[in-house]
Parts: sequence; C-alpha cells; structure tokens
Amino acid sequence: MDVILFTVFNGLLYGMLLFMLSSGLTLIFGMMGVLNFAHASFFMLGAYFAYQISKYIGFVPALFIAPLIVAVCGAMVEKYALRRVHKFGHVAELLFTFGLFYIIEELVQMVWGKVPVGYHVPEFLDFTLFSMSGMGYQAYAMFTLLVSIAIFFALFSVLTKTRAGLIIQAALTHPEIVSSLGHNVPRVFMAVFGLGCALAGLAGVLAGNTLGTEPSMALSLGPIVFVVIVVGGLGSLKGALVASILIGVLQTTAISLDLSINSLIETLGFAVDLESLWHILIDLTISQVAPILPYLLLVVMLIVRPRGLFGNRDV
Amino acid sequence: MIKISNLHAFYGKSHILRGINLTVDKGEIVALLGRNGVGRSTLVKSIMGLVPTTGSILFKDNEIVGNATHDIALKGIGYVPENRDVFSTLTVKENLLLGVKDKNVKAEWTVEEMFSLFPNLKERADVIASAISGGEQQMLTMCRCLMGNPEFMMIDEPTEGLSPQMVETVAELLKKIASKGIAILLVEQKLTIALRLARRVYLMGHGEIVFEGTPKELEKNTSIRKEWLEV
Repeated sequence: MDVILFTVFNGLLYGMLLFMLSSGLTLIFGMMGVLNFAHASFFMLGAYFAYQISKYIGFVPALFIAPLIVAVCGAMVEKYALRRVHKFGHVAELLFTFGLFYIIEELVQMVWGKVPVGYHVPEFLDFTLFSMSGMGYQAYAMFTLLVSIAIFFALFSVLTKTRAGLIIQAALTHPEIVSSLGHNVPRVFMAVFGLGCALAGLAGVLAGNTLGTEPSMALSLGPIVFVVIVVGGLGSLKGALVASILIGVLQTTAISLDLSINSLIETLGFAVDLESLWHILIDLTISQVAPILPYLLLVVMLIVRPRGLFGNRDV
Repeated sequence: MIKISNLHAFYGKSHILRGINLTVDKGEIVALLGRNGVGRSTLVKSIMGLVPTTGSILFKDNEIVGNATHDIALKGIGYVPENRDVFSTLTVKENLLLGVKDKNVKAEWTVEEMFSLFPNLKERADVIASAISGGEQQMLTMCRCLMGNPEFMMIDEPTEGLSPQMVETVAELLKKIASKGIAILLVEQKLTIALRLARRVYLMGHGEIVFEGTPKELEKNTSIRKEWLEV
C-alpha cells in the first residue's frame, strides 16, 4: 500500500511538472497554430539561469528571476522572429522553432559546457520530510509539488476570471474577431508566448536540480511534452492537466512494476516453451516497456481520437 | 463618414476586389448586395484591415489602409462577421464584455441596455454562448459589436437562416442603431431587407460595383437584377 501511495505521489509530482511545460505549449499552439519545437529549450534555459543566479544570490531569488528572464527571451523570440516567419505559414514556423532548438542547445554548450553543471537542491529544502516503509519523501519534492499546484490554480483563475484571460480564451478560437473588437492580438500572442516560456522556465528551475542540468535535458523531455498536448487535446488546458497527470502516473507506476505476461501465465499454472520467440516477448516486464508507453498512447490516440481527450479540433 | 476609392484586394494571386468606390454617411443604412463569391465579405474584411489592400479608405477624413485591425476598430469601426462567430467557450455576458474596448472614453451602450433590448440574452447571460439559438447568437454578435461604441458598423448577412420573426427583430435593431447616428453597411444577398431598410444600395459582381442607386431604382432595373442578383 505504501509503495502504491509513494508511486502515485511521485507520478503526481512528475505530472504537475509536465503540466507546467505543456500548458504553455498547448496555449501557444491553440492560439497561434505554432507547434513550438523549442518549447523544452526554454525549460532548459530556466534551469541554467536558475543555476547561475542561485550561485550568486541564492535559490529563492532565482525561483522568481529566472522564469522572468525566460519570459522576456520568449517574448522577444515571438516579436522579432516568429511573427516575421508567421506570414510564410506553419511549416516555416515549425522549421524555425526546430532551428531555434539547436541554436539554444549550442549556445548553452558554449556558455556552460557539455557536462552537467552543479545545480543542487537548496540546503533549506534538502531533508527527508517523512518516511514510509523505509522510503523517504524529500521536502524539495513536496515544495515542487506545492508550487506547481499553486501555479495551476493561478493560471486557471487568470484565464477564467480576468479580462486578459477572457481575451486570451477568445483569441484561442477567433483571433480575427478579437482584433476587430479593438484588442491588440499580436500583443496578446507575444504575452502568451512569454507566459508559456515562463512556465517552462519555472519547470526548469524546479526540476533542473533533481533531473540534472545539462545540454541534453531539452531533448530528453521535449518529446514527452508533445505526447501530453496531443493526448490532452491541442489547445485545451484541462486536457493538458489530465494528460500530464495520466502520463506522469503511468510512467512512474509502470517503472515500478516487475510484472510480465509470463509471470501471469505461470501464476495461473501454465508454462510457455522457453525457446520460443513468444517467450521473449511475454517475458518483458512492464517496467521494461515503460519508456514506450507514452508514445504508444500518442500513436493510439492519433488513430482513435485525433482531437485528444478534451480538444475541439483534430491535430 | 467613410469614403472608399479605387480599392483593390488580392488573395495570393487572385484579384478579388477590382477598384471599389463606395461611401456611407452618418446615420445612413447602405446595403451591399450581390451573389455569393462576388467579394462582398472580402470588401468588409478589407475595410477592417483583415485582408491586404491597395487604394484608399478615408474614415472621418483619415486614411486607414495599412492600419492594424485593432487600430481600425479603436478608431470607431465595428464589424459583425457572418456565421455568427460567438466566442463559444465564454458565456453570453463575457462575450458582451469583450466588445468593450480598452480605450473607451464613454460607454454609449451598456450590458444592461443590451439586456433590456433583448430579454432573451438576459435570461441566458451565464449560459455558454455556443448553447444559445442561432437567432440569439446573431443578436449577441451585433450587441457585442455595439458595446465598443462604433460610429460605422459593417454587418455581414445578419438575417441568413433566421426565422421571419427574428428577421423582424434584427430589422428593428438596425433601425434603432441608425437612429443614433451610426452609419451601417449591410451585406445581404436578398433585395427584400434592403428595400425596407436601406437608403442606398450597391450591387457587386466579379469584384466590382455594377450598380449604385436607391433600392427602388434597383427594383425597377430588371436586367441588372437578373444579371447580377437573382438566381
């Protein structure tokens, strides 16, 4: 029971981090139709900026300043580059963000080197909060979880309760009409792009010290974020939340399960020929196939329900 | 109020508007008639800055060609698109509130006033806009536009697909808007509503104005009507 609770807790933590990353990406896609390949790069920038800032003035200021710098970077990218590429269509935009991904990776390597930097969990949060069946739950994990839950509520109340949020919601589906009502839609786009990048940056600040801050971190997390927004439904925040938690829990739970079809068959009192090809397949444990589960979900979702769980348009 | 001269618009390589000249005065309802695909919607979108154009559009003696759409709206031009495009994820009231411009000096129309004009919308104020009827959505898009205090309003096919009773309501609203001094460009396919409401009509064909005059003159001119309007 403790193990299950622990795994769900970890899954929730990972899921909320995924939500911070995917909420920005799904908003940007929903509004501008831009599938931002470089979104995870802003996650990486958040981690590196936090490393640099916390070295001089500590983790708490870094928690606020690093996402702000990432937001400004994102907003500048939208205003001075992406907006100009926009008129050449979505393929050009996709290729642009693809290029941007590699530019950021190279720049990071030039500045901070190819090996991981020493971005560590702050001392005041580096202790075991509680233990169950010999497993300790870290205070920093709880801190990350609480921050991400707070961000989730803040984001939802801004989007549903404020005038700016209503304009964003309306511009998600009808940008031309919103601008013909006198709202500056390009500025809204820039703000949303900046906000999306800030959320990714914040996820980087929070996760960089536990997952490791290194130049390949964008590449290792980027694909899973795409899975989240496709499964949740492109442009849907609710979908991003549900899919993030689903994939978070799915991945962490699957990793801890050492069950295989073979073990089930043996429990039932049957046996499969050890030499057969089938044996290799059915002998695979769930933890062994865990890494492909999200992508399997992506592929199946695209075939069965291309609009995702909560989306209102096809991919 | 608005004076359009030699306006051209292109979609890629297609030449959609071919030298349009058109004027609308204060408090006047002008109908823009024509069959589907002749460029009527492109014309209103061009005025709104949603389609790249060349030529001249003077609004209150200021050139607006090349301005951003939101700037054109802030100058006092309102646009009610066809298809009753309500913000489907927001409530009726939220839709109305988004019609208010950020730089509004004085609100001529308020949410309460809209609700007193259309009690149906009041009853459904907190309902998601996609759940109300087509006629109510039409009312909502027109009210949303009015909330921004336009001095010149372009309304694209407001009566299409509505019941005769709802068409009456739309006609009454249009008269009321015009009586407040707002200029209206009404895009329509049918002559009937134009005959009732408009002071002047423009008839479009193949991206050009092929007739300009009073609705009565158009009604009498059978050959023009047969060639460019009737099916």
